[in-house]
Amino acid sequence: MIASVIDWLTDPAHWSGTDGIPSRIVEHLWASLLVVAIAAAIAIPLGVWVGHTGRGKWLVSAANALRAIPSLGLLFAVALWLGPRISNADIAFLLPAVIVLVILAIPPLLSGAYAGVEAVDPAARDAARGMGMSPMRVLREVELPCALPLILSGLRSATLQVVATWTIAAVLGVGGLGRYLLDGLASADYPQTAAGALLVAALAVLVDLVLAGVERGAVSPGLTDPTRAGKKPRREPVATTDPAGAPIGASASTQGREAS
Amino acid sequence: MIRLEQVSKRYPDGTVAVDDLTLTAPTGKITVLVGPSGCGKTTSLRMINRMIEPTSGRILIDDQDTASRDANALRSGIGYVIQHAGLFPHRTIEHNVATVPLLLGWHKRKARERAREMLAVVGLDESMARRYPSQLSGGQQQRVGVARALAADPPVMLMDEPFSAVDPVVREQLQDEFLRLQAELGKTIVFVTHDIDEAIRLGDQVAVLRVGGKLAQVAEPAYLLAHPADDFVADFVGKDRGYRALGFVDGQVRVHDEPTVRLGASADEARAVTRDPWLLVVDEARMPQGWVEPERLTAPIEAATLALGGTLARQGGPLRNALDSALSSPSRRGVVVDDDGRLVGTVRAAEVLQQIEAADRPEQRDDDGAAALLEQTGELPVVTGPPPAASEPRRDP
Repeated sequence: MIASVIDWLTDPAHWSGTDGIPSRIVEHLWASLLVVAIAAAIAIPLGVWVGHTGRGKWLVSAANALRAIPSLGLLFAVALWLGPRISNADIAFLLPAVIVLVILAIPPLLSGAYAGVEAVDPAARDAARGMGMSPMRVLREVELPCALPLILSGLRSATLQVVATWTIAAVLGVGGLGRYLLDGLASADYPQTAAGALLVAALAVLVDLVLAGVERGAVSPGLTDPTRAGKKPRREPVATTDPAGAPIGASASTQGREAS
Repeated sequence: MIRLEQVSKRYPDGTVAVDDLTLTAPTGKITVLVGPSGCGKTTSLRMINRMIEPTSGRILIDDQDTASRDANALRSGIGYVIQHAGLFPHRTIEHNVATVPLLLGWHKRKARERAREMLAVVGLDESMARRYPSQLSGGQQQRVGVARALAADPPVMLMDEPFSAVDPVVREQLQDEFLRLQAELGKTIVFVTHDIDEAIRLGDQVAVLRVGGKLAQVAEPAYLLAHPADDFVADFVGKDRGYRALGFVDGQVRVHDEPTVRLGASADEARAVTRDPWLLVVDEARMPQGWVEPERLTAPIEAATLALGGTLARQGGPLRNALDSALSSPSRRGVVVDDDGRLVGTVRAAEVLQQIEAADRPEQRDDDGAAALLEQTGELPVVTGPPPAASEPRRDP
């Protein structure tokens, strides 16, 4: 079995063409990037606003409740409802997948942004205002940089989830590494399925490492100093479980298996 | 000069935080607002830079109504120091201190140079400049907070319990340096504290507020201790106010010559100097080191075997220190030193007490009259008797 997976992965035929591994990875990454970008554009400003004003905290709880919706079920529901209304065949399947994954990616992004801004030291905020900074300036120069660790941690969590879950969007016929899993299952080509699962897991780990590097570079050393490490929650503080019952932020391989 | 004219703050739920407060903080002086929690002292302070808008009344800074100015511009022209320093954790110390200059549009290099200067002014080593707030102790952070407030050289400073979150030893040190700094800079300062000792130590003028935001009394510290306006103020300034008031009474107490012996002298040499059970030990520079009992000496005098514990009084300093040095000395003779810390002689408690009896208390005066005087002139009323804020800095030698 392992040998046949290795054979499949090392077969030069699988490394070229529109259904080759590189182009599937590119498809997968593009789709994930699109989803995370849309979700971040919605969730981060919203979370920052909630944290900054202290108003609308119910939004965060509501978003966390969304995590209870099974993504596969939602995927079919949205595709069945939306599909017939769209004439362009490519978009008819792509759009539902993007929408469902955006919904999936919003909760961690929202709670991260909210928790980050809310946790900013009130004394620092007060001092900033007292020194004559306008509210926008306080946000830009104090609240956002201080909230960055938690915002990025939400972003990592969401990205990981999207990269892993885009796999199941393959049931709608969209591209990405999920194709190998589904096509392999359909044609009883199990080495292909196993190789697809491995590739998804590897990609998720790789993306997470890259984001961890970005985080290290972007966050001020003053916020990550070891003397403070114990005082600030570095991870998303909201403990919830995803539909599969695995804790949010569970390792990529766990989530890859969910999809396979 | 900062003037609060009939300023009140009422919240929509009916709570009155500040009730008809009229107060003047004279230019170049420290005005301390003190009172129990819930007396509206912080609210009063925050109304000056419009962090809180008053419900009624006017606040003038140098005769200009603060309400007529842009709130952010007003604030960036006023130094602001708060309890937990409120440093920006994501910025280096230097960048923190440069905040207001950068906000005012200074060039980056100039702002950074200024920040370095300010760190030196508040007694922080240059090596701190590139560190982050989390790497500093509470006391150091508070110094940075003061440096940050001073960076753009504002004429007015608002300080909200700046020293109350640090331990007592560091607090005293910060207070000393704050007074030294103020002696150089002469800012107009409004300072909030709940600690009456701090108020008395730092204030040129102390305003005592009672719960509900009413002004109970405004006076100089010495006057406040001698003549509390009512039971509330009397209670608040504390039971040992009579003793503390001595801190403001300077007097010449007779200084007696004191036989001494050098560190390292032998037991016989010590016994030859005096027949008194206690003998004062000094070093080469005649700085007092401690006391020995010559009869009990078996070896040459070493620093480790000295009886310590006596405080030192400075010549011409407050009577409180003279009395304290006598009471705390093992020989009951209080050690008096000059400004350089060299021995002048010793004082006796009984003679200090005679001096105290001879000294005037700050004279009784109509309090409303004082408030009226403040309102008219914005100057501190003149008190007969020894001026409390006279040239002598109020600190222990």
